[in-house]
Amino acid sequence: MSSIGYESWAVDLADVGPIYPFQGYEVLMVAIGVIFWLGWHRIQFVRENEHLERAKKRALDHEKVQQSVERY
Amino acid sequence: MDGNLNALTTVFTEFYYWVTVVFMFLIHVGFCMYEVGASRRRNHMHTLMKNVMVIPLVTVTFFFFGWWIYWAFPMFPFFGGLDHEMGSGNLPWAETMGPNAADRITGVFWAAFLLFSWTAASIVSGAVIERIRSSALWVHAVLIGSVWWIIDAAWGWHYGGWMVKYLGYHDAYASGVIHAIAGGYALGVIAVLGPRIGKFAKDGTPRDIPPHNPWMLTIGIFLIYTGFWGFYAACNVPVISPEGIGGQITGTTWTATNIYLAPTSLSGITFNFLMSLSGGLMAAYVVSKGDAFWTFSGGLAGVITASAGNDLYHPVQAMLIAAVGVVIVYRLHFWVERRFKLDDAVGAVAVHGYAGFVGLIIAGFVLWGAPSSPYEGYATVNPLGQFIGALIMFFGLGFLPAFAVSKIQAAMGVLRIPEEVELEGLDYAEHHAYEEAKEAIIEADKAHLATKLTPAE
Repeated sequence: MSSIGYESWAVDLADVGPIYPFQGYEVLMVAIGVIFWLGWHRIQFVRENEHLERAKKRALDHEKVQQSVERY
Repeated sequence: MDGNLNALTTVFTEFYYWVTVVFMFLIHVGFCMYEVGASRRRNHMHTLMKNVMVIPLVTVTFFFFGWWIYWAFPMFPFFGGLDHEMGSGNLPWAETMGPNAADRITGVFWAAFLLFSWTAASIVSGAVIERIRSSALWVHAVLIGSVWWIIDAAWGWHYGGWMVKYLGYHDAYASGVIHAIAGGYALGVIAVLGPRIGKFAKDGTPRDIPPHNPWMLTIGIFLIYTGFWGFYAACNVPVISPEGIGGQITGTTWTATNIYLAPTSLSGITFNFLMSLSGGLMAAYVVSKGDAFWTFSGGLAGVITASAGNDLYHPVQAMLIAAVGVVIVYRLHFWVERRFKLDDAVGAVAVHGYAGFVGLIIAGFVLWGAPSSPYEGYATVNPLGQFIGALIMFFGLGFLPAFAVSKIQAAMGVLRIPEEVELEGLDYAEHHAYEEAKEAIIEADKAHLATKLTPAE
C-alpha cells in the first residue's frame, strides 16, 4: 500500500498523472482547507474585536490620546 | 557535449543551478539583516562580522573536504567503506574541481550544496548572538557547514545513501538534513553557552529582549523566503531522461526529479512552497496572537515543516501540515525556554530544528508506502524510518557534536565573552578604533563649529 498510489517507480512516466497522496479525496481536502481558512477569519475577527474594545477603554484617558497624536 | 540535445540539456542544467546559487545568496543576506536587527545597538558590527565570515570559512573548507565527504560517505561507516571511486572525482585536486571543458556541472552543483552549508552555519549563528566569541562560532560554522551536515546529506540526501536505502528516509527539501540538524546543533551550543545577561528574571521567568530594529527583521526574513525559493529549485534535478537515471523507470519520458532522482516537478513544488508558507503564516498569526516576528518566522517554519514531502504533497496537505507544525513549534519553543532556561535569541532552534523534526515524522505518515528512490531494493517511506532519521539529524549529528565541542570550548575558556564585555557591548569592546574615530570626528566638528561658525542672529 502506498499513499501516492505507486509502490515503486518501475513505471513509464508517460502513463503517470497525479503523484500526491490520497488521490480521489481532493474535494474533501479542499473542504478541510476552506474550513481552515474560514476558521482563521472567525478567530481573527473575534480577537481583533476584543483587542479594540480593550484599546477603546484605554483611550478614554484624553491626555494619553493627545500624546499619541503628537507623537505621530 | 556530443549532440545538440545533450549540449542543450547540459548548458540548461548548468545555468539552472547557477541561478539558484545567486537566489540562495539572499538567504545569507536575510540572515545577516535578521541577526543585526535582533541584536542590540552595541553589538551590531560584531553580529554582522560573525555571520559574514561564515561565508569564506565554510566555502574554503567545503572545497577542501566537505564536497568529498558527500560523495565518499553514502554508506560509510555503518554499511560499507568510503566510496573512493565517486569521492576521487570530488577531491580538491581532482581535474573536475576547476574549469574543465569536459565537465560543466560539478562547479555549480558544488556551489548549490555550499550555499546549503552556509545556511546550516548561519542558523546556528542566530541563536548565539551577543555572547559567543567569534572564534568559537567560526569553529562551529566549519563543523556544521563542512562536516556534520554534509555527512547527513551523504547518508540521507543522496541517491545512494544508506538512510534512503534501508530506512526509506525521505526529505526532499531538507526538513531534516539542513533544518533539524542545524536546529539541534544550535540547541547543543546554547545549552552550554548559557543565556544572555538579563534574559531570565531571578525567579526564572524569561524576558523578551526586543529587537532594536523591527524593519530589518522584516526585510531579513522576506529575503530568506526569497532565497528559500531558490533553495527549493536547487534541490531538484531540472531535467533528466530515464536512461540518465538508470533506475526502474521505463519509457522515454524525461522528468524533473528530487535529489533522490525520483520524479517531481518544479510546478508542483511551487504550489507547495506557497501553500506551506501561507499555512505557516496563518497558523503562526493565530497561535502567537498576532505577534509580528513569530508570524513571519511561522511562515518559514511552515515551509520547513512541509519541506520533507513537498515534492509529493497536494497543496492543501502542504498548507495543513505547515499549520500543524507551526503550532507545535511555537508551543515547544516556550516550553523549552521556561523548562531549561535556554536563550535561543532568534528562535532558530524552534523554527528550524523543531519544525524540521516534526516535518520528517509527518512525512512518514502522509507518504507511507511511497517509493523513496527510483532504484530497486530501497525501503519505501515509512513513519519509523522517518522518526529514526529525525533522531539522527537533530540529536546524533546536530545536538551531540555541538554539545561536546562547546563543552571543550567552555573548559578552555574560549566559548563565551567576558561579562564586562557583554555588558559594555561587543562593538565598543572589539571595535574600539571605530568608536574612537567617531568620537574624534564629533570633537573635531564641535571645535570647528565653535571657532569658525557663529549662530545666526
